[in-house]
Amino acid sequence: MALLEASGVWKSYGGVVANRDISLHVNDGTIAGLIGPNGSGKTTFFNSVVGSHPVDNGSVRFDGREITRLGVRQIARLGLLRTFQQTRVYGQMTCVQNMLISMSERGRGLGNLFTSQRSAAADRAGELLEFVGLYPKRELLAGELSFGQQKLLEFAMALMNEPKMLMLDEPTAGINPTLINGLIDRLKRANADFGVTLFVIEHNMRVIMNLAERIYCLAHGELLAEGTPDEIQANPLVVDAYLGAH
Amino acid sequence: MRAVRIATYLALLAAAAVAPMFVPEYQTQLTDLFLFIVFALTWDLVGGQMGYNSFGNVLFFGIGMYACAVTQVGLVYDVGAYNAARGGGATVFTFDVGQYVQGLAIGLPAGAILAALAAVVVGGLVLGMRGQYFAVCTLGLGFAAGEIANGWEWLGAGSGMVPATPPSEMADIKLFYYYLSLGLAAVTFVVLSWLYTTRFALAINAIRDDEDKAEAMGHLTTTIKVTAWTISAFFLGIAGAIYGNVRGFIDPIDVAFPSATIGVWMILMAILGGKGTIIGPVIGAIIFQITKELFWIYLLGWQRVALGLLIVLIVVFFPQGIVGWVRERRPRAVSAAGQ
Repeated sequence: MALLEASGVWKSYGGVVANRDISLHVNDGTIAGLIGPNGSGKTTFFNSVVGSHPVDNGSVRFDGREITRLGVRQIARLGLLRTFQQTRVYGQMTCVQNMLISMSERGRGLGNLFTSQRSAAADRAGELLEFVGLYPKRELLAGELSFGQQKLLEFAMALMNEPKMLMLDEPTAGINPTLINGLIDRLKRANADFGVTLFVIEHNMRVIMNLAERIYCLAHGELLAEGTPDEIQANPLVVDAYLGAH
Repeated sequence: MRAVRIATYLALLAAAAVAPMFVPEYQTQLTDLFLFIVFALTWDLVGGQMGYNSFGNVLFFGIGMYACAVTQVGLVYDVGAYNAARGGGATVFTFDVGQYVQGLAIGLPAGAILAALAAVVVGGLVLGMRGQYFAVCTLGLGFAAGEIANGWEWLGAGSGMVPATPPSEMADIKLFYYYLSLGLAAVTFVVLSWLYTTRFALAINAIRDDEDKAEAMGHLTTTIKVTAWTISAFFLGIAGAIYGNVRGFIDPIDVAFPSATIGVWMILMAILGGKGTIIGPVIGAIIFQITKELFWIYLLGWQRVALGLLIVLIVVFFPQGIVGWVRERRPRAVSAAGQ
């Protein structure tokens, strides 16, 4: 069953068409990948899906609901989260605080915020920090962490929110290569153990071929190819796009 | 440590409660100080904890002041006629004890509620702006409100308004306002201390650190921001209501909407003490009030120059405030103090 379904999504900035008639779907419980050369419209497409900007045309459905015209906050509260290419954490707050405030607000109103910070969620926050290997640094300010650690924290924060689907924008960019395998492993466990559907933008081919069950390739704002990792690797169009013959 | 902290606060409260008996000559300054603490604490909720540097909080201060004064007068007389008389004329406007107490009992909450409502309305309009745009926009709010009050005949316009004068039986009214200000400062402190232990505090800190991220995580950022400003305005409105009565005369620009004095001071006090902490604004207000009084006594004629110099020194040498400065040097001491 498709958890996320985009059909005919268009988005242009002035005269530049960043997303041209893109249709794709991500099935519930799977890991899907989105690849493409720089400037091919991957991040724009993510922004279109999560409501960062209005799309020009087309529709996006999530979990059986039309979300094309919803804003970032409403979409996040439906359980569709995204992480950012440049890490975004709350720099002047400790890792634990970052986790606690990332607890899901789904279906909860403002009143829920007027409850104590020290809740049952603290245990879960600790577990997830342990999961990404940041438990020893839990009392440090998030802004003092290295870039790679901030990415891990951001990932843990997203899991804390218990989303149905998580869209990750280049999770391995800027991460020490020796740590990448650990990250792939955690992404897979998040998918298998926590049941989070993943949709991943990635430039590292080794990572995405290893991770995703289904891959979509964008080039010049258009959907160029889709298929399993093997099909994508064998597709001459994709090879051309990456080598610049397009 | 928690017990020690609470004991310290109670001791300070007790000292403040008996101060008028031992140092009656400082009663006026101390009344001001308690209100200043409220200014700094309420400013810090939005400016420090949430990172929205507002230059326009005097708006709520003045609205609270006028709302209370109008209620006090309006329950007994026609406000327009009262202000038109400018303290003279044929009619004599007096208030007996019952009228005065009733006016204040209704006027203070009226000031708080109207200020809070103003924050809901104005907040919905301007809290969409960020950073320096928000700051500049709020700077306009205080000046605009001052000009409106300055031209509004019903409120006395540029000639100002005199809040209900206490009847002669209530000779000790200044002492009453001393305790009222002390009580307001204590209640504001306790309420904000509690607020900073809730998830709401994490939410406004998150907005301060990265609002886009908070939004992407599904937080209702606009509602949260407006709520924070409303809480801030509520207490500031009461402070304004008291301040108007303490002064005994409301000038629209110098007393009700003093952007250039109290509007700036409340920011300075919070920065001086340490933004984003509960104790910082209190320390800042105390040091600021003492320094200011000393300047007014010993540097008369140059007091504003000295104050301006102090502002520069604070911003240059204490950008993190006293609490931040101590925290940098002795991180343990401050964390033990609950910050």
